[in-house]
Amino acid sequence: MNKKKELHHHEILSKERQLYLKGRQKRKRLIMTTQILILLAVIVIWEVGAIMGTIDSFIVSSPSRIWRTLLNFRNNQLPFHIGITFLETMIGFVLGATLGIFIAFTLWWSSFLADVMAPYLVVINALPKIALGPVIIIWVGAGMQAVIVMALAISLVVTILEMLSGFVNTDAEFLKMARTFHASKLQIFTKIVFPYHLHTLFNCLKINIGLSLVGVIAGEFLVSRAGLGYLIIYGGQVFQMDLVMTSVIILAVLAALLYGMVVLIEQVVIKMFFK
Amino acid sequence: MKEVLKFEGVGLTYQTISGEVKALHDINFSVRDKELVSIIGPSGCGKTTVLSLIAGLVKPTKGQILLNGKEMKGDALGVGYMLQRDSLLDWRTIRSNTQLGLELCGKLEDNHLKNVDKLLKTYGLWDFKDKYPRELSGGMRQRVALIRTLAIKPDLLLLDEAFSALDYQTRLLVVDDVYNILRQENKSAIMVTHDIAEGISMADRVIVLSKRPGSISQDIKLDFKQDETPLERRSSSAFQSYFNDIWREFDRHE
Repeated sequence: MNKKKELHHHEILSKERQLYLKGRQKRKRLIMTTQILILLAVIVIWEVGAIMGTIDSFIVSSPSRIWRTLLNFRNNQLPFHIGITFLETMIGFVLGATLGIFIAFTLWWSSFLADVMAPYLVVINALPKIALGPVIIIWVGAGMQAVIVMALAISLVVTILEMLSGFVNTDAEFLKMARTFHASKLQIFTKIVFPYHLHTLFNCLKINIGLSLVGVIAGEFLVSRAGLGYLIIYGGQVFQMDLVMTSVIILAVLAALLYGMVVLIEQVVIKMFFK
Repeated sequence: MKEVLKFEGVGLTYQTISGEVKALHDINFSVRDKELVSIIGPSGCGKTTVLSLIAGLVKPTKGQILLNGKEMKGDALGVGYMLQRDSLLDWRTIRSNTQLGLELCGKLEDNHLKNVDKLLKTYGLWDFKDKYPRELSGGMRQRVALIRTLAIKPDLLLLDEAFSALDYQTRLLVVDDVYNILRQENKSAIMVTHDIAEGISMADRVIVLSKRPGSISQDIKLDFKQDETPLERRSSSAFQSYFNDIWREFDRHE
């Protein structure tokens, strides 16, 4: 069978096939070039506009000013604030995921409990969690803990609902199969239900990492001690738009990197799982 | 000959929100050692319920079920159940899938594992042991599911429409295949199907169930040549006459 594959690989491609592949390649390159051009155009227009005075760089900053703010990291402590936001997001994310899965597991285990909790979960899920901000600060204190609880509040309920609806929708035929071998409920969960929903889990984590970041920034707005959220609020108050815009751009990059991290973990885990 | 299974006046009524459903009524039959029995009936007649009862997934509300002469209590060890779909786990290799049954009932011992490997070799799946289910054809997947069931060394096998998910040609071949395996491994089996021809082709005996509440309307002993395969049986004259008998019975109840 392997030999067949190799043969196929070394086969001389037909002219049509070569043309087709070339076309695909060309399109891919074109998309990437356009993407880079758009980015460059925005930067150039922004910068030229700022120099010419058509754009007020005091209000919208400018690429060169953002660049200078980035280089000035020793004085404005950018790395420290990035670190704080990253740390808070990670703690909130990991806590939200583990707690969420655990609670979803408990509710899967006891359908009675799940039915009892259903309306509460729906209401809590619909509630804009930001409204809890002041309450959280009073309950746990205005520090990193409040920011983490905020991140948790935003990501936890979604995780529970997503995972639970996955778990309870496991194909009944698989469950019957397991029951014919007299599997225990725990075995059914660990050997069938959980691995069956590995993809659901990672889809959930991909949403969660973004939600945790939202929670952390909202928390930092309120607590105002440290982190990128704090820099944005602080910069806005003292009208240092360079700092605000720099923080926003760093935040965008951070969000993309965190998402990429989850995708990477997914690939590793799936590969390990399917060997 | 030894009786592996005996139903004595078994009835089952279950409750749903919309009312009480009488699924089975006064079922009496027995299965002898190494006997292959088909249960045929219209859909919704409670065929699958009969198997669920034997597997211990459901309790009868009337009568009793004897397994190897003893009344069934709790889990029915010694019964292997094969479902309509193969339910192989995508993320496990073929070998690991065939070991799943042992794993779930806590029998992952060396001699059992060796037996699984032997079954894989005997039934032509050894070369595929490290492949994943999606790389196998429907017929092969069904054979893997059968080995997963045989691994727990059941005295009695239950097959619930085990071939209906396959296309017609594959199905005829897999029926032959499974029939040979059952004979070779000296198993007793109960097969449930809505396909009269399939039921006749595989069994020593056919039990016909009536519409709900299911009760036995016919219990026919089949008489075919000793080593005729299901496929060969289909073209024999005896086959046609059994088919017509059962068909008439079906018609009467419709």
